[in-house]
Amino acid sequence: MVETFACSFKATELEARRGIVSVVERLKGMGIPNTRVDEVQIALAEAVNNVVEHAYAETATGDVLIRCNLHPDRLWVEIRDAGVPFPESKLPEGKPAVVTANTPLEDLPEGGFGWFLIRELASDIQYQRNLDNNQLSLCFEIQLTS
Amino acid sequence: MSLTSTVADDAQVVTVNAQRIDAAMAIQFKEDMRSETEAGPQRVILDLSHVDFIDSSGLGAIVAAMKQLGKERKLDLAGLTPMVDKVFRLTRMDTVFNLYPTLQDALDPEQVEN
Repeated sequence: MVETFACSFKATELEARRGIVSVVERLKGMGIPNTRVDEVQIALAEAVNNVVEHAYAETATGDVLIRCNLHPDRLWVEIRDAGVPFPESKLPEGKPAVVTANTPLEDLPEGGFGWFLIRELASDIQYQRNLDNNQLSLCFEIQLTS
Repeated sequence: MSLTSTVADDAQVVTVNAQRIDAAMAIQFKEDMRSETEAGPQRVILDLSHVDFIDSSGLGAIVAAMKQLGKERKLDLAGLTPMVDKVFRLTRMDTVFNLYPTLQDALDPEQVEN
């Protein structure tokens, strides 16, 4: 059996926060362990922030649609937006920022963690550019508690 | 204002009074940190015990706050909740900051790292 729900919101930082929190509450209510929902939330927030910051950066702000499909052993989270496609229709690599205790203060990265976190946390990532929207799907292995 | 601060044992303790340091909050956090820490002790401890979610924008804002302090001062982090701790470890930023499980640990002279 697959359980499904969806929500949509305007692609602003505050609406995105509300949308992410509502998805997280729904996932917790479906019996996914809290620590796993935390990981889903990290990846989902980065994906949604990218939509707010990049996909709608130079066009009128549209909506973000999130659809979750919970299978017995995995969760697929689909994020859609009507903004511009990724450059060259390819997902960013998300190379990890290499930092150590000896990295000079001024060289420490203040960003660029988003795609690294998504790639680290999702077990599968699919992207397709449709006629007028981006469709990004993130997969997470799940062991239900109930 | 998202922050409050006190001075204890030669360190300034800045407490984040928000549950999320996310994209919607990051710029305000950075500005509030700048005004809170404009002058003060060499060591600043950021108490994150009320924060249950941080994203890459929030992480970047904490790094920016440390840069604002300059080379002569340092920013230590205390009271990381499991979710916040996870983001620091995944991004390897746990190697850049001294992390303390609680504010009390951060203030304990026997546990302080240089």
